[in-house]
Amino acid sequence: MVDVTVFLVSALIIVAGSIGVIFSKNPVRSALSLVASFFGVAVLFVLLEAHFLALVQVVVYGGAIVVLFIFVIMLLGVDAAESINIEPISSNQIMGYLAGFGFLLVIFGGLFLSGPSGKDNAPDDAGFVALTGTAEQLPIDEDLSNVKVLARDLFSRNVLAFEATALLLTIATVGAVVMVKNKDDDDFGLGLKAEVDQ
Amino acid sequence: MEVTETWYLVLSAIVFSIGLTGFLTRRNPLIVFMCVELMLNAVNISFVAFSDVLNDVSGQTAVFFVLVVAAAEVVVGLSLVVLLFRKSSDVSIDDLNEMSG
Repeated sequence: MVDVTVFLVSALIIVAGSIGVIFSKNPVRSALSLVASFFGVAVLFVLLEAHFLALVQVVVYGGAIVVLFIFVIMLLGVDAAESINIEPISSNQIMGYLAGFGFLLVIFGGLFLSGPSGKDNAPDDAGFVALTGTAEQLPIDEDLSNVKVLARDLFSRNVLAFEATALLLTIATVGAVVMVKNKDDDDFGLGLKAEVDQ
Repeated sequence: MEVTETWYLVLSAIVFSIGLTGFLTRRNPLIVFMCVELMLNAVNISFVAFSDVLNDVSGQTAVFFVLVVAAAEVVVGLSLVVLLFRKSSDVSIDDLNEMSG
């Protein structure tokens, strides 16, 4: 019963936050609705016993990513509310709403017209191989903490992908600096060179 | 009543559809990026729900990688947005058609 209440409350927060993101005229309000949505997802992760991901969800999504969004909004001074004239309801937008709703219907069709689900109907070993293409199921050991279980998987089967993410993050950081850097400004806008010249 | 994984999948579908709708209808590039984040989060919910049902940690590992890729994507995407807004303070996604064939 507690589970149901927690699920329903956080689901409500997530959906309300998501709707807030797409219908706010002011980008800052959208960003704050996004935070609400991310926190709701973090609560669901706790409910699903993915404790590490719940923590990372709050720190990385709710912290870093949304702060980056708000930082850019403030930096560019685009936090003034958009006038309705900038976004008239065009035929493209009507098609957008229809596409979103149609997508929802398709997913619901797939969900409710498919066979029975639930823990009792979870695939057996053969079904698991068919589903994932690998026989190496790494069952969640109830005795270990979630962090340990996740770390075992990450640093054994997925260690190459983990290394690749390090490269990806480096490339993204360098790429962002190179793109945003002013071409005639060779000390990244810090004014150090001017001080030296004086 | 018990929370089954169908509940999570329904929630995930709803959030993904909201994100998709926003992605297709909004014209502020910043909001479009936020909608991409919403869609990534919706998929994360179903990954973790499946991880719980199948009693396999791979779903959580996948979410970990989604998080990393989302962080990198936001960094690159927002620097593109900064470049766009330097050109003009009133940018609409619809104006970005320089590369259309």
